[in-house]
Amino acid sequence: MDLHVSGQSSVRRRFGWLAIYSAGVFAFLYLPIVVLILYSFNREGVGGFPPRHLTLDWYRMLASDGAILDAVVNSLLVALAAVAIALALGLPAALALDRVAFPGKALFRRLVLLPLILPGIITGLSLLMLAVFAGMKLSLLTVIIGHGTALISVGTTEISAGLQKMDRAQEEASLDLGASYWRTFWRVTLPNLRLPLVAAGLLIFTLSMDEIAVSFFLIGRDNTLPLEIWGRLRRGLTPEINAVSTIIFLVSVGLILVWYRLRTRS
Amino acid sequence: MSIQNRDTHLTQPQEAPKAPEKAAAGEPLLQIRSVAKSFGARAVLRDVSLDVAPGEFLTILGESGSGKTTLLRLIAGFERPDTGEIWMGGERLDRLPPHRRQVNTVFQQYALFPHLSVFENVAYGLRAQGVAKAEIAQRVEQALAMVKMSAYAGAAPSKLSGGQQQRVALARALVNRPLLLLLDEPLSALDANLRRQMQGELKMLQREVGITFLFVTHDQDEAMALSDRIALLRAGELEQIAAPREIYNRPSTAYTAQFVGQTNLLRAEVVDGVARWGAFSWPCEGRPGPATFSLRPEHIRLASPADDQQTVRFLATIGQQTFCGDTDLIEISCADGRVLRVRTPSRRILEGQCAFAFSASDAVRLHDAEES
Amino acid sequence: MYSRTYKLAVAIPPLLWVTLFLLVPYALLLSYSFWTVSSGTIVRQWNLENYRDLGRNWMYLQVLFRSMKIAGAVTVLALVLGYPLAYYLSFRAGARKDLLYQLVIVPLWVSYLVRGYAWKTILGSDGVLNGFLQYLHLVREPVGFFLYSPFAVVLVLTHIYTPFTLLPIYASLEHIPRHLVEASQDLGASPRVTFWRVIFPLSLPGLLAGATFAFVLTLGDFLAPLLVGGASGIMISNIVVSLFGAAFDWPLGAAISVCIMLLVLGMLFAVERTEKKWTFT
Repeated sequence: MDLHVSGQSSVRRRFGWLAIYSAGVFAFLYLPIVVLILYSFNREGVGGFPPRHLTLDWYRMLASDGAILDAVVNSLLVALAAVAIALALGLPAALALDRVAFPGKALFRRLVLLPLILPGIITGLSLLMLAVFAGMKLSLLTVIIGHGTALISVGTTEISAGLQKMDRAQEEASLDLGASYWRTFWRVTLPNLRLPLVAAGLLIFTLSMDEIAVSFFLIGRDNTLPLEIWGRLRRGLTPEINAVSTIIFLVSVGLILVWYRLRTRS
Repeated sequence: MSIQNRDTHLTQPQEAPKAPEKAAAGEPLLQIRSVAKSFGARAVLRDVSLDVAPGEFLTILGESGSGKTTLLRLIAGFERPDTGEIWMGGERLDRLPPHRRQVNTVFQQYALFPHLSVFENVAYGLRAQGVAKAEIAQRVEQALAMVKMSAYAGAAPSKLSGGQQQRVALARALVNRPLLLLLDEPLSALDANLRRQMQGELKMLQREVGITFLFVTHDQDEAMALSDRIALLRAGELEQIAAPREIYNRPSTAYTAQFVGQTNLLRAEVVDGVARWGAFSWPCEGRPGPATFSLRPEHIRLASPADDQQTVRFLATIGQQTFCGDTDLIEISCADGRVLRVRTPSRRILEGQCAFAFSASDAVRLHDAEES
Repeated sequence: MYSRTYKLAVAIPPLLWVTLFLLVPYALLLSYSFWTVSSGTIVRQWNLENYRDLGRNWMYLQVLFRSMKIAGAVTVLALVLGYPLAYYLSFRAGARKDLLYQLVIVPLWVSYLVRGYAWKTILGSDGVLNGFLQYLHLVREPVGFFLYSPFAVVLVLTHIYTPFTLLPIYASLEHIPRHLVEASQDLGASPRVTFWRVIFPLSLPGLLAGATFAFVLTLGDFLAPLLVGGASGIMISNIVVSLFGAAFDWPLGAAISVCIMLLVLGMLFAVERTEKKWTFT
């Protein structure tokens, strides 16, 4: 609903100061991304302005860069595993928070949110201490546990929201008609939660792919993509990074479009 | 339930309340001229023209989708007409933004500001216009007293019931002494008894302060009870505008006859001063040819020996009889199979064949030969 | 309605996991903060040495204050950028609202490192910004303080966290019933008065949430300082990281972490109570 003003100035409102300012903020938000994409095609790498000599060299170099490709695979593995863990625990957690009164419920609720609220390094450090205590070697597994644990609450929040919207009477009807709890869960509850589950899954996946703080402390010999990039950044700028970043950006945008399409279809 | 403490009502320098039959008496307060409004492909209002007299209680009546709320929003300023003009007090109203119009609205969901107290809500408009603090306090107290909400001045709106919120919304609008008050179905969220009570209070309030009320509703009983005039809106066009009795007793179209009250529609033929409908006939002046008549169920009664020449008498079989407390609504079948609905004061249950009658003058000729 | 088995099946697995992988680790962290290190190994003797060190050592406090100043600056900037945009989206964007909202979120999905790296590209001595200024002949030599300074840290963090600030503000603006805005105008308040007396007060919970996100997330950030902060842009989390790395003093690092934790939790607690007072709808 537009705040209404008389004829001519309603046009002025749309393109007035606020609109210009908003466009400016948008420009600020997108500036690095635009630069990134531009310079991934720039022969001179990252120097100078304006960029000259467009080239696909950096992309070519990327394709034959074994370490980065390995890191991509590792990240995908970790992300998928994290989704599995976070949802496998987040779903019952959401159900429990919704339906069960248990001792320490309030504490549980807050505890599960902590990894999202606190600086990631704190959660990473704590889990590192646990690993040391248990004599466990650092590897992708420890990273997976870290991601999964930290992202449980993402699953819980989305699914809880879905539970609120769900028509409770459906479950009651199912039980009334003689279906067992298990059957009701599979045939009624789960289908109703399909959308929140997918949304949570996509969100957890994306957050895991870009996760740095927790991974930093739990990584073993195999790098995830962000940490691989991180290592290279410490050693110096390479325009290859621009190329891989552009690709990550495009994939991310693609994922969002998928998510959006799914959501609007509900 | 009457308004107590009539002595504490506002004495505002308003014009004396009038209840004109026609808008022609004096200069109209509001003039809507050929206004049309569409949303996308949907035409909500088509060519509506209307004059509102100062001090009158005018109801815009119509079913959902008829455009009545849109019309109100055009006057309030939340929408702009696609074509046409709105004038108030000799100035173009539709060119002004809502906050500069001397029009106030009572919203359907009250729209009280949740973060302000009742007092602050009512004072809002006065503060926005820079009225002096002392005067604000005085006027707000008077307004709250007028709607009997003085005790709640410090309360938060969320703590009030629906009826109480509505009173506060009313006070908030009236305290600004607008030239015109718009009410968008303000009573529709209340239950039946509270609604009737508020109707009475609204009517008396309007008489007291003398401000012109423009009231929107889909409830025809409400419209008839409250209004000086009713404007019936149908699919974005004005069907008929007249005082309640006029609209009820002399509907101009079949739609009006059926929307305001119930009726029997008789599709008759007028030849040589006589109207014929099946086996029935009665004297009728006017243009020969096909004509539709509206006959209200309460005008058909059980025949009695005192009926005179102008009465149409007939036999009919009793069908469905519905008990309505003070009356019975009976479906009767005439000899040729036509069905009429009759409303009689309640008595015993009837059955079999009875003799009925109606006066020729009660069959009102409608101005259109439209299908109902 | 739910059987005991159901309740147990649903509550136990998450409880167990969270106890093992969250409660225990955080407890360990707390424990470590009370231990010390000597000649390369961790000594598990309970004492308050670490905390006394923190209180006495000016350097740590200095970095902490700098971190809070940076966090404060980022919060203010994020609000200055985020609130007007959120308002534009909610009240002025009309049909394009959803699309523009998605466009605000899209940068969030681009890796933090990647965006930070891009800023490095922009701010460096032969980076885009300097190149641009020289191209326009506004400066003759590259400007030094753009990169490897607190300025750069604030800039990058503002860029990263403005969307996080915008989201809750947008949500609470969307939550405001439009007929309240209409009612305000109907009563004679101009759009400006309507904003300050109706819209802004009702958007305060969202504003508070957004500010909290920005502040807390910035305070705990360690990447931006490493990327673009240089020596003068170090923040408190960087100290923790180095204590777990080259500087090897886990207990001290744990103690600083516990302090950060308490600070953040304390702030969230205070914010939560204020937010309840300011919520009317």
